[in-house]
Amino acid sequence: MDIKPIQDEKRAFMTGNEVIVWGALAAGADIMYGYPITPQNEIMHYWTRLVPKYKKDFLQTEDEISAGFTTVGGVLAGKRAFTATAGPGNVLMQEALSMAEMMRLPTVVIVTQRGGPSTGTVIYSQQEVNLTCFGGNGEGLRIVYSTSSHQELFNYTIKAFNTAWKYRFPTFVLSDGYQSKMREPVTIYDPEEKGITIEPTESLLGLPGTPGVERDPAHLRNTYNLEDELYNVVKSSVKEYNSIISKIVEYDTYAVEDAKVLIIAHGVVSRAAKAAISSLREKGIKAGYFRPITLRPFPDEALRSLVDNVDHIVVAESAYGQLENIVKNNLYGFNIPIIGYLRPGMGITPEEITDFVKAELSL
Amino acid sequence: MGQNIKIVLAGEGGQGVQSIAEIISEAAYNSGFQSLYIPNFGVEQRGGVSVAFVQISDQSVDAPKFIIADIVIALSRRAIERVKPYIGEKTLLVYDSSVDDEVEKIYGKLGENRQLSIPALEMAQKEVHPRVFNIIILGVVVGVAELLEKKDVEQALERRLGHKFAQDSSLKNLNYRALELGYQLGQGK
Amino acid sequence: MEVTAQPQMPKVWRAETKPHKFCPGCGHGIVLKALGKAIDELNIQHNTIFGCDIGCSLLTWDFFNLDTIQTHHGRTIPVLVGIKRVRPELVVVSYMGDGGAYAIGAQHLVSSANRNELVTVIVVNNTQYAMTGGQMAPTTLPGQKTETSPYGRDIKLTGKPMLGPELVASIAPEGAYVARGTVSNVMQLKNFIKKGLENQIKGNGFSFIEALSACPTNWRTNAAETWSFIENEMSEYFPIGELRTPDEKKVGEKRKVTSNGAKH
Ligand SMILES: Cc1ncc(C[n+]2csc(CCOP(=O)(O)OP(=O)(O)O)c2C)c(N)n1
Ligand code: SF4
Ligand SMILES: [Mg+2]
Repeated sequence: MDIKPIQDEKRAFMTGNEVIVWGALAAGADIMYGYPITPQNEIMHYWTRLVPKYKKDFLQTEDEISAGFTTVGGVLAGKRAFTATAGPGNVLMQEALSMAEMMRLPTVVIVTQRGGPSTGTVIYSQQEVNLTCFGGNGEGLRIVYSTSSHQELFNYTIKAFNTAWKYRFPTFVLSDGYQSKMREPVTIYDPEEKGITIEPTESLLGLPGTPGVERDPAHLRNTYNLEDELYNVVKSSVKEYNSIISKIVEYDTYAVEDAKVLIIAHGVVSRAAKAAISSLREKGIKAGYFRPITLRPFPDEALRSLVDNVDHIVVAESAYGQLENIVKNNLYGFNIPIIGYLRPGMGITPEEITDFVKAELSL
Repeated sequence: MGQNIKIVLAGEGGQGVQSIAEIISEAAYNSGFQSLYIPNFGVEQRGGVSVAFVQISDQSVDAPKFIIADIVIALSRRAIERVKPYIGEKTLLVYDSSVDDEVEKIYGKLGENRQLSIPALEMAQKEVHPRVFNIIILGVVVGVAELLEKKDVEQALERRLGHKFAQDSSLKNLNYRALELGYQLGQGK
Repeated sequence: MEVTAQPQMPKVWRAETKPHKFCPGCGHGIVLKALGKAIDELNIQHNTIFGCDIGCSLLTWDFFNLDTIQTHHGRTIPVLVGIKRVRPELVVVSYMGDGGAYAIGAQHLVSSANRNELVTVIVVNNTQYAMTGGQMAPTTLPGQKTETSPYGRDIKLTGKPMLGPELVASIAPEGAYVARGTVSNVMQLKNFIKKGLENQIKGNGFSFIEALSACPTNWRTNAAETWSFIENEMSEYFPIGELRTPDEKKVGEKRKVTSNGAKH
């Protein structure tokens, strides 16, 4: 890193796609691979404009299959490589990301969710939760941060690179079209000035010394001959994943101490959910709020520790039950009714959540 | 009006509603408010009505889009119809006098506090220049919303158009006059 | 109210969905006029299936009075191949952009051309990804500025503009029809498309027509600049004309298509 992209703190009013680029620059990202798709396009647009100035690289690939695999290649070569995609592009990218998952490659992918299935809309949704957390023919050994504001887009883009390279699991920043296109204030900074160390990278191929002579060759594979071989590999990845969960999980709560109704939401919808709490409380409803910031791994213990005195859980999301299912899985055995305010591909306002809760609970 | 305003701007492609929204939201941010602006976007937005959603608040903004707006500015015939979902019982509808008949047709009489017909198009043509129509509208919004200092708006305008002003100083004059005209129209409404 | 097509509109255009949704000055409308006229002249409205890609071509999903399927980005050819294999009496048209055909869908283009699939593919070459806001495409000209080549396309790093018809011509077996037309010569473009449809109907082989087209919105050009870009810059790089015709076939038999779809 010869030129520091950001010195001191800077307040700015910009779009989410710009914020992501500044986050990637701050994290020391080396190269972006990508294929155009709305609503992530401007990430590529800003990145390509800044590439010469900060001596970075960019490759526009022929599709997202290629964008995913070139990112895998960049990571194998020891670079902080990333890509960004959405919707049908996220679908195509799963092939490469499933390889990254198998081989523990620290790819970083920014997902700006749009409406689905299929080409759907280019606008907004939270329908890529299943795909981002569990896409591919594997077990979902991935790390997924769901952001809700421009400040978080910046913070978690930096964090994604660090988490990926520290723990070597494919890492995602799960955002959405609203966050991509909207402008709001953000403070950008140089992470090192804030005491955040940037994780070093490591080449997995092209190492110094002659293979077979001065060192063992790197023989990396994703195919196994025997059931037991594969089983052992997956088992050890699962074990390692489980052992780091407590270091990775993040969540937010609000007004949960005496809550009888717990509203659960993630991403940009959590802003509306949090706002709904005050208006519900004004009407005498003891509402609280829980927001998983990491969707994978899910903050299950934190959630379970909150629900003892809760009578009702309401899950609000711009999808048809993707978060709700995760919540249900993690509350197995608890006998609390879970109601979904499920709006696939639609934005959600605080008023809508308030009205829904009042109507559902006949309060 | 309170310290929390939701504004919808709608118009045809060339009318510059997105730039007005950008300037207002940036001016609000500069004056210390929380503000959030999001455009509508889709695969067929070319040729469709362009809509901008702006929120200005002294607290954090909760959701990027909203349903009922405090102020709706609709600049074209098609926009008048398009903004219907955002109009609630207390919403002020601002529109150009050239589409009075369309408003009457779709909404009937909304009542004095709920509608404001402004002769911005005519004014732009007669008193300034048609190309600063959107700046008059910007002035109107600032006047109606009564939230922002004119100087912050001028600053945001300067940041956006400063490079053009530098080339042609008469342009700066034109824009500032348009802003003032709009402001007078909107103020106190 | 009964809506009838205006006289200058091809009969197969759907009047209820006009005016169409393209930007003013867009080339898509001209290509679709050529296609419409060709379909009218061949009298195949009753058995033509129109497939459109994702890209500005998707705006044609309700453009014709034809059974139409909007597919995924780059996937229109395989969807139509799937149809044609089981319903050989239908005439299938794949309408797509240069990005859809030469980047994300290139594997389908290459393999279906190689298999001499009985489909007619029309590719609208506007030198970039238009629908997503003007990024570099395989066809972007050297030095051309786009959103992802903001300093001009550097062919050392990104390759030379892809020559689609030349590629197809070099791999398609006998019986294929391959041509490149332009919106600046609509008569000729219509004839190319018509021949491409006839070639499919006769069971000769793969039919492929590229049309040089205009995107004034992303090129940010006025009318004069738009036409000059097509007629000078684009035509110079992308030569107009037929590259393959089925009559050049010297030996062997035409492929026959039986009603159960098996080929002999
Ligand atoms: C898998 C996938 N990736 C990306 C996109 C986004 N996308 C939509 S249209 C388009 C480009 C279209 O360009 P082209 O095919 O040249 O058609 P044009 O719009 O120029 O006519 C892209 C990349 C998508 N819909 N699906
Ligand atoms: S963006 Fe370009 S290709 Fe698309 S409709 Fe407009 S002019 Fe045509
Ligand atoms: Mg194109």
